[in-house]
Order: sequence, then structure tokens, then C-alpha cells
Amino acid sequence: MAISCKLNKKQEFSDGKLFQPGDGSAARILKMSDADGKTPVIEFRDVGLCLANGNELIHRLSLEIRAGETLVLLGRSGSGKTTTLKLINRLLTPTAGELRVHGRSTREWDVIRLRRAMGYVIQEVGLFPHFTVARNISVVPHLEHWPAGKIGQRVGELLQLVGLDPQLASRYPRELSGGQRQRVGVARALAADPPILLMDEPFGALDPITRAELQREFQQLQSRLGKTIVFVTHDLREALLLATRIALMDAGQLATILTPQEFRNSPQPLVRAYMQAFDPESIAATKRGNL
Amino acid sequence: MNVWQFMLQNHTEMLELTLEHLWLAGISTLLASLIGIPLGILISRLPALSRPVLGTASVIQTIPSLALFGFLLPAPWIGQRADRLAILALTLYALLPLIRNTYTGIRGVDRAIVEAGRGMGMTDRELLWQVELPLALEVIIAGVRVAAVLSVGLATIAAAIGAGGLGEYIFRGLAMVNNSVILAGAIPAAALALLADGALGWLQKRLAPR
Repeated sequence: MAISCKLNKKQEFSDGKLFQPGDGSAARILKMSDADGKTPVIEFRDVGLCLANGNELIHRLSLEIRAGETLVLLGRSGSGKTTTLKLINRLLTPTAGELRVHGRSTREWDVIRLRRAMGYVIQEVGLFPHFTVARNISVVPHLEHWPAGKIGQRVGELLQLVGLDPQLASRYPRELSGGQRQRVGVARALAADPPILLMDEPFGALDPITRAELQREFQQLQSRLGKTIVFVTHDLREALLLATRIALMDAGQLATILTPQEFRNSPQPLVRAYMQAFDPESIAATKRGNL
Repeated sequence: MNVWQFMLQNHTEMLELTLEHLWLAGISTLLASLIGIPLGILISRLPALSRPVLGTASVIQTIPSLALFGFLLPAPWIGQRADRLAILALTLYALLPLIRNTYTGIRGVDRAIVEAGRGMGMTDRELLWQVELPLALEVIIAGVRVAAVLSVGLATIAAAIGAGGLGEYIFRGLAMVNNSVILAGAIPAAALALLADGALGWLQKRLAPR
């Protein structure tokens, strides 16, 4: 069927090692992660995703996400960041390779259990408009049939945790500001205390000042809670601020995976291009050139 | 004799016919809702069925009402009594707005919200009851509203097969070439339609998602 999908098979490596073709640094990082002996919480092994029409969205993605780290998936629109995230909670299922969560293939997981074991935050549109703040936050506890008293107590804790006034509990999402809505989204994902958080551009729709505020608070929250976080963004500044490691995606493939420090100094052209696009001096220089 | 005099003189009979009319339209709207709404939910789950189901309901809608009564006449239990026949025909006519609005309402729920629910581990049933149906409710009630008004209007034709209702006056008036008698059927029928529309419109607003 798919031309691009058939090509994959020719590229199969005989020794079956985890290896990123044409990218030395990614392979090096992967080896390092093997060496420090930590078992990955989420593990992509040569994962591919082909659509029925032959379009290949993800190509041979190998990636390990370790306990307690914030892995940022960075890339331009259409590079496969969100698709990668949806593979983890099986909103999409890999057509090639294997994806393991807590050492078990996502195919073997009961999909409902798998999803309830991860918090999922998307842009503010993901709140249920017909539920109050309290009911939105307690969606998963309700699905899990927690007793009412425990749910009420948990909602109180979470509102405090994300810095929201308890009086907002009875409001509806449309009565909140964008920043407040996003806090509710984070509280909702944390409700059943899942070890993994999946966040898809959670701060993308916010104004810059609110965004900076939420990013700061998110950093503090993360150092307190120690969740394993997969965070999708196209904002380099956000990635450098929040990431333990940055996985740069390009055209459905992992281009490289670097710590923020390494990212700043990397000589790789794709990374340089990203750094330049966000560098205030080069932006200023372009403007001067235009004048 | 003008309309008002006629109505005043025959008010007992008119009340009876109005109640009969309401019964015919009401029971068929109820039956159509009980069939159409689950069918709308079903085709929102199985998109392959949506075309044949909506297509069939549309075709039924195009059959002239008198012809439909004729078609249904030979049906075993149904054909024995005129009111059964009328209720079946009215139910069939009311199906289209109900199926279509339920289907459109569910499909029209913001994909991002549905995906958020799915991503948080809602089963298909939980997603339907907790997210999709509440958010589609306003559109579904709008479908019930259209079906109810349609049934009140069409129920006048039921008198042609002797099922009663305010159509009696309309057909009688036509036969007598007496406008007062026609209007004695038409005015209350129109009032009923407006009343049903108003009541369901109010319900629709009350149930609107916040």
C-alpha cells in the first residue's frame, strides 16, 4: 500500500540495536541512559505510524523517558510531536515497533487502565463546558468511583496545589480566565495522582505574562511532585526553561535529543536554526537589515 | 354563522377533537423519540450506517401522507384501527428530524473535548453519557421540537382515514364548502402547533449546556 511505509523495511537493521540513523549524538545519549541503569518509564523502540492512506506520520522513533524527568518534544507544526504524545496513551496505536509503558507494551495494556494511569493536559479547550470546575477536576476520581467525601477533599487539595481560590469550585469553565482554565486543566490531570503526565502545549493559548507565571509555577510543582512528564511545545524558550531533556522532532523523526545546556551549544544545523529563530539579537539584526 | 359562533355552539365536540389531536401528535412524537434518538446515537457510533438510515428516513418523508396511509392499510394489527394507522404514519414522519438532530448533535461536539475525555480514560459509554449526550442535548431537543410541530400539523390529515382530531372539521368544512367549519379546525390546530413549539423551546433553553 504505502510507498513511504514500504521503504522502512529496507532500512531495517540486522543487529536490531537501538540506533538513530545519521545522528551520532542521539545514539550517544541513548547509550548514556543505558549506562546509568535507570529503567525507562516510557520506551519507544523503532516505533512507526502509517496511516491507511500511506502517509507516514512517525518514522522509526526510538526514545526512552526516565522516571522523574521532563522530556520536552520540540518541533515545528506537523513534525509529529502531538502524534508521539498520543501514541503514549494509545489514542493512536503504532503500526511498527513497540512502545512500552512501565515495561509493558501499550498493546498489552488495558487501554482504559493505561489512560487513567496518566494525566492528560491539552490546550484550554479540553475542559468540559457543562461541568463545574470541581466536577472537571474530579473526572477521573468519578470514573474510578471514589466516595464523595474523598473526592471533595481531593478537589480542595488540588485547587490549593495549583493556586486557585476554592470559591471557584462551583464556577463553569467559561466564567474563568485563560490562566485559571489552564490551572484547572493541570489540577484535573493530577487528580488521581498518576505517575506520568502528558502535556500537549498546555500554555500555548495564554498571553506571554500569564504563560511565564504558569511556567514558573509549573517548575515549582514539578520539583515538588517528581512526576514523569512528556511535554509538547513549539516554543524553544519554554523547552529550555522546563526540560530535563529536549527531543527535537523533524518530519516524523527524532532529529536529536539533548539537555538544554547541550542544545544551546550544539553545532547541529537544525538546532542552530532553532536557536537563531528564537535569538533576540538575530531577530533585531533581521529587522535592521530590512530597514 | 361565523367561526366564533360555530366554536361556541360546538365547544364540547371541539374540545374532544382537540384532545384527540393532541393524543395523536403527542404519542407519535414520543414513539418517534424513543426510536429516533437511539437510532441517531447508533449511527454516530457506526458511521457506515449513517447514510442508509438517514436516506431511508428522508425517503419516508417524501411519501405523500395520504399515500402513506394507503400503504399501511394492509398491515395486520395496525390496519385494523384508524388511530393506530395514523400514529404509525405520524411516527414515521417524525423520525427524520429526530435521527438527524441526534446524529448531528453528537457529531458536532467539539472533537478536542471528546479527545480529552477519551485521553483521560473514559469508556465509550462514559463518554456518551457524561460528555456527548449532555453537550448534544440542546440540538436533540430542537429535533423533538421540529418533530412535534410536524406531527401536530400532519395529524389533521389523519381525519381522512377516520382517526379523528381537528382534521374532522377541516374535511367536514371542505365538504360543506363552509369556511367557518374549516377555520374551527384550522385555528385550534395552529394554536396547538405554536403551543408545542413554545413549550419545547422553553425546555430547550432550560437544558442548554452552560
